[in-house]
Amino acid sequence: MGMSLGGVLNFLVSFAIMASIYAILAIGLNVHWGYTGLLNFGIAGFFALGAYTSALITSPKPVGIMANYVRQAIGLNLPFLLGIAGAAIVSGVIAGVIGILTLRLSEGYLAIATIGIAESIRIFINNESWLANGPQGLIGLPRPLHNIVPRCYYNYLYLVIVSIFLTVIYFAVERGIRSPWGRVLRAIREDEIMVSADGKNVFFFKLQSLIFGAMIMGIGGALYAHFSAAIQPGVFEPLFGTFIIWAMLTLGGTGNNKGAIIGSFIVWALWSWSTFLIFKVVPRGFETRAPYIRYVLIGLLLIFIIIKRPKGMLGEEAHVSEF
Amino acid sequence: MNSGNDSIILSLQDVNKHFGGIKAVDGVSFDVASHRITGLIGPNGAGKTTLFNLISSFYRPDSGRIFFKGERIDSLSLHQTFHKGLCRTFQISRELKFMTVLENLMLVPPDQEGERLWRNWFSRGLVRRQEKDIREKALSVLDESGLFKLKDEYAGNLSGGQKRLLELARTMMAEPELILFDEPGAGVTPGERKILANRIQKLVSEKGVSVFLIGHEMELVMDICNPIIVMDRGRKLMEGGPAEIKKDSRVLEVYLGGAAK
Ligand SMILES: Nc1ncnc2c1ncn2[C@@H]1O[C@H](COP(=O)(O)OP(=O)(O)OP(=O)(O)O)[C@@H](O)[C@H]1O
Ligand SMILES: [Mg+2]
Repeated sequence: MGMSLGGVLNFLVSFAIMASIYAILAIGLNVHWGYTGLLNFGIAGFFALGAYTSALITSPKPVGIMANYVRQAIGLNLPFLLGIAGAAIVSGVIAGVIGILTLRLSEGYLAIATIGIAESIRIFINNESWLANGPQGLIGLPRPLHNIVPRCYYNYLYLVIVSIFLTVIYFAVERGIRSPWGRVLRAIREDEIMVSADGKNVFFFKLQSLIFGAMIMGIGGALYAHFSAAIQPGVFEPLFGTFIIWAMLTLGGTGNNKGAIIGSFIVWALWSWSTFLIFKVVPRGFETRAPYIRYVLIGLLLIFIIIKRPKGMLGEEAHVSEF
Repeated sequence: MNSGNDSIILSLQDVNKHFGGIKAVDGVSFDVASHRITGLIGPNGAGKTTLFNLISSFYRPDSGRIFFKGERIDSLSLHQTFHKGLCRTFQISRELKFMTVLENLMLVPPDQEGERLWRNWFSRGLVRRQEKDIREKALSVLDESGLFKLKDEYAGNLSGGQKRLLELARTMMAEPELILFDEPGAGVTPGERKILANRIQKLVSEKGVSVFLIGHEMELVMDICNPIIVMDRGRKLMEGGPAEIKKDSRVLEVYLGGAAK
């Protein structure tokens, strides 16, 4: 395969960008599941909401002949940061609506509602032909600050941008979780009735956690959209958009944000690097099916971790509170 | 019974609750006086815990009214009655198993600034100061309860008796006006039961708290409660001082009858 040094570096940089975006999604899931015990099986939905919202906010509305090919109802042509903010807000609002409808009921309802919303969003976009260009998706999405570096080095800049977001989100969540606010969430995870008897409005705290985690996922989705510069509904399939993130968090350590990051890098490495190896070992004629072996690999890794280290590579710390 | 200076903190008027065909609480009315330890006894299934669930607004009554400090509380929810000054414990001790003993207590104080997410980003000094006060209070409560050494232990690792002490410590963090104890003596050694009894009496005499306590084992109730309310099959059977209760033929019948079955 003889890759040049530059080729290897480019590969590593785009690997790190994607792994960091996944780390952001995994931290969002950690807020939901790791700290509050909320079952969100529809991460892909918030991922997609964030990606599409930011795409529609930041890209220009197609004009002239393009408008015949790209059927896009909204195109605000606004700056990247407004796209990110919009992504967080839209994800948060949808999470809020889901939460108000389901968080007073038993926990299974949230799981079902999140799966339902994620699938509805994907299927809706796949079938519409006016809002975000249906199954063809949106291409040529703006890349922030693209004019300050030469094109071939752009990914290095984007890695810096994504790292800044990951760092800020990491510290924002850490400070939240290690505080009295986080103490209430962790207590809810243990025993909701006890927390109610301690005078806390359990519903309200769960709602906050759901919204906060979903906003983080929305930001992850927006960062993905501006990195790949092209999004289609097919990207937000449950396997790719939800399952893999659960695998990352479980592997790295539920209830530990460092674990969420490490898990994301490991699972993404396995996912993106194993393709090369798999192509080498599969018999001729099976190449098109080879990528599916990756699901098996990740499944096996998960089973191994759950048996050997049920708490993941880095489990939750015994003393989480900071003060 | 009620001497002149006793005011009423809790009042039930014709309270009913049924589960399917079972009338768990059936037209119960009584008052609980302030600054006393009122007992509630009765055989298994008499409806004692259900009554506590109603008072603490964990369940809604089917009908009837419940007043706390003269205010109706029967349509609130569990966390709201806490803020009115009413704290309850559970028959099977509940604790946050994978949180430390100290954290179990630090969770309790109401209106913590640090419970607002943004305060932890933008007003860390304020949160830190408040946390320091809460921590000090929790440590002194732990000291009083004899649990200081266990402060960093997961609450799930405590013994039955220690869990009851933790439960008591938790009520002290809440600074309520009325505490509902559901069988605080269940699952503890006789020695620990004495300590518990002592501490509950101190709560009333030193902190001016009112206590309403369900007891299963007669000793604890007979020793520290006055008056005592007796329930049987969802109804209030009688109310009186320990001496009265002990010699009442209906009470004897209920208890012996229950034992004979
Ligand atoms: N949530 C519930 N659903 C259905 N039935 C219930 C429920 N809670 C209590 N009951 C029934 O109501 C009756 C009263 O139960 P309760 O727990 O109040 O009795 P108790 O006096 O506390 O008894 P014990 O001394 O055993 O604790 C019982 O017949 C019980 O089975
Ligand atoms: Mg009971």
